[in-house]
Amino acid sequence: MSFEQSRGDLLAREGRLPSERVALVDLLDRLLAGGVVVSGDLVLSIADIDLVRISIHALITSIRDD
Amino acid sequence: MTADAGTYLYAVAGDSGTPVPEGLTGVAGTPVRAVRASGLVAYVSTVSLDEFGEEPLSRSMEDLDWLDATARAHHHVVEAVAAESPAVPVRLVTVYSGDEQVLALLEERGDDFGEALSRVAGRREWGVKVYAEPDDQAAEPAEQGGGAATGPGAAYLKRRQAGLRSREEAWRRAAARAERVHDVLASIAVASRRHRAQDPQLSGRKEWMVLNGAYLVDDDRAEEFARAVDDLRAQGGELELTGPWAPYSFATLDEGVAP
Repeated sequence: MSFEQSRGDLLAREGRLPSERVALVDLLDRLLAGGVVVSGDLVLSIADIDLVRISIHALITSIRDD
Repeated sequence: MTADAGTYLYAVAGDSGTPVPEGLTGVAGTPVRAVRASGLVAYVSTVSLDEFGEEPLSRSMEDLDWLDATARAHHHVVEAVAAESPAVPVRLVTVYSGDEQVLALLEERGDDFGEALSRVAGRREWGVKVYAEPDDQAAEPAEQGGGAATGPGAAYLKRRQAGLRSREEAWRRAAARAERVHDVLASIAVASRRHRAQDPQLSGRKEWMVLNGAYLVDDDRAEEFARAVDDLRAQGGELELTGPWAPYSFATLDEGVAP
């Protein structure tokens, strides 16, 4: 186990993992597949976009940008 | 441009009368406000529909930079709110046409939110990912096209078949290990859920992700959970622990659509 990893685990265990260190992909797992989905007519818009689609489109875009 | 604004909803918590944390900003740098009803508080901000309307969203959700900034801003609000009291996070980019709609939500679904809150109170979510290294030789990409089945070709085919078998075997072992890890951790958690394995191109890792688990753990068992992760890691293979998270993966309204 690397030093960086063990330190991360330690911070995580103490509940002090700073949010900047959260990987976007871990966050998206939760924000796009988790969180309360409030269905119904009241909602104007809600994320209904597949991570796979995001990855494909975003990657194509980022490759083009490079 | 116009008065086309919407109300962006981040999270719902029990209303203890505490003010919104000072200076808290959400997506697109908008200030976070509270909408209170039925003993609940909804954390919201006013957003422009030029950016958060359905049509612009369908484009910007695929812009990784925009998505990164928006997801982190949403997360920041959820974290700030969950640090104060139990909170139910809402899915990314849930936008209402106005505060009245959010008020109606709190009034109509108050009991459901109450139950959702009691399920997550005193508990936090932890993420555990398990990786497995595919056998290097077997991981060699197959050559496309190829000529006739000559001598070397047949030998190649044989090697390739053996490689596929060992790769399959490695996959089976890794999957079985993931099951064991998940069972151990789920036995400590009050609820568990398996997310889809992350795309290697998004995670930036070429290893197989055989488990992408989320575990809702009582705070007074968090130490035990962390020790179990250490023990499992010591048995070999790579385990990655993330968290604690607000209970994103366990935020559901009873009759709501299952994720």
